[in-house]
Amino acid sequence: MQQYSILNLAKHALSGHMRWSRTFGGRKLRKRYDVIIVGGGGHGLATAYYLAKNYGITNVAVLEKGWLGGGNTGRNTTMVRSDYLLPANADFKEFSLQLWEELSQKLNYNVMLSQRGYVSLACSDAEMEAKTQQANALRLRGIDCNILNIDELKKVCPELDVRQNTRYPIQGALYQARGGIARHDAVAWGYARGAHNKGIDIFENCGVEDFIINNNRVSGVKTAKGDIMADTVVVSVAGSSGLMAAKAGFTLPIETLSAQAFVSESLKPIINQVVSFDTGYAFINQSDKGELVMGGHMEPHNGYHQRGGFDRIENTLSTLVTLFPFLSRVRIMRTWGGMVDNSMDGAPILGDTPVERLLFNSGWGYTGFKATPASGWTMAHHIATGEPHDLSEPFKLSRFRDGSLVDEHGTGPYPTAY
Amino acid sequence: MLLIPCPWCGERHESEFTYGGDATATIPSGDQREDTEAWYQFVYERTNPAGDHAEYWHHSYGCSKWFKITRNTLNNNILDVPESSQS
Repeated sequence: MQQYSILNLAKHALSGHMRWSRTFGGRKLRKRYDVIIVGGGGHGLATAYYLAKNYGITNVAVLEKGWLGGGNTGRNTTMVRSDYLLPANADFKEFSLQLWEELSQKLNYNVMLSQRGYVSLACSDAEMEAKTQQANALRLRGIDCNILNIDELKKVCPELDVRQNTRYPIQGALYQARGGIARHDAVAWGYARGAHNKGIDIFENCGVEDFIINNNRVSGVKTAKGDIMADTVVVSVAGSSGLMAAKAGFTLPIETLSAQAFVSESLKPIINQVVSFDTGYAFINQSDKGELVMGGHMEPHNGYHQRGGFDRIENTLSTLVTLFPFLSRVRIMRTWGGMVDNSMDGAPILGDTPVERLLFNSGWGYTGFKATPASGWTMAHHIATGEPHDLSEPFKLSRFRDGSLVDEHGTGPYPTAY
Repeated sequence: MLLIPCPWCGERHESEFTYGGDATATIPSGDQREDTEAWYQFVYERTNPAGDHAEYWHHSYGCSKWFKITRNTLNNNILDVPESSQS
């Protein structure tokens, strides 16, 4: 593998950067693989990379319908954090955050992780108590998390309007200093390059049309480029999970919704943290290009349309203006939507399905990006050993039948509520 | 933005309504009332189609009527508005 280093950068400068080797792709599709991964987003590519790195399994193909990272990997708001209340969620996301922290070094690819701090605002006594409970729960598990009062919050986030005569006067915040953002495209490209260099084949424009299933055991997939056989098939397709499950003959406790995000014109550095506001629900961070990246509630109904309504834009932006009044004069540059696969308890659905050797990595809904490294790691474990990883075991599909839900929000089986 | 056709009030802005979810999920009744598998399917399983989707809406900031429409989840076209299915 051609290492990215200051020395190589200087060397290639002499040839005008025309001789860098290709980072992935360009191989011929074979008829048979040990493992096929459906979906070339961050999760699928991370699964491929850790299969090769942790278990030496390299006879693997990643099949992507469009282009790498062109789905939710390229559409999310790039936030990374581990402040979850329930142990299963907190441990998974914390392991992920630890993998994020060393990812650029391990991949030799700059994923531009910026641990600028995550601020989750509270606007009432009840909300402060809930955040305090959450912070205490995290600290008991050895995960860093603080509660900030208004004076401390003002120092961390000076642009925030903390006056007490507003509609939702801010009382304080939960603060995770190690939270932040990463470059989403770089995550897909970095994992793809790492997997490719370990011998894994990656194919774009190769959508899976159907599964080949014999005696309730998967033996391959049908694609536009022909049938491909495999011992294990892993489906990692986010919003399209329900459609793939239907092809395999079962139904998932998942609904697909559209979530919007927007960016403003580029500004000089002004919002130095990731700020989230739960009372009205909106969040904001500033990208390294200077654009303010913003999002809010999902669309309130099922949808595969990857766009959203103006209601949500107006609602999110008016909420954010109450937090940061200077935003009223900032112009929006782009808006877009992604398809999120929300499960019936708001937690992901990982691992075994009713079809043998067909694994699903699904149900991440709104919260998949931060989980990318750990999701790939634990799925690779499951493929290689045949057993779920300790961290992903609580997220098995059968939890809905046996009642062991991971209901972080406690809102019941309503995917539109998350 | 959707214009939702309320059977009582006519087309109104989406913001007046609350989404009621998949209308094909039916509460187990009769022989199925004791069947946990039927309850599992009703509470959790959704066909989640990319295309025509039968769904409930509630005109919560209007006439309070519950009704069922079919909407295409790919392009948001609303296809048919049957008579009110819940009152």
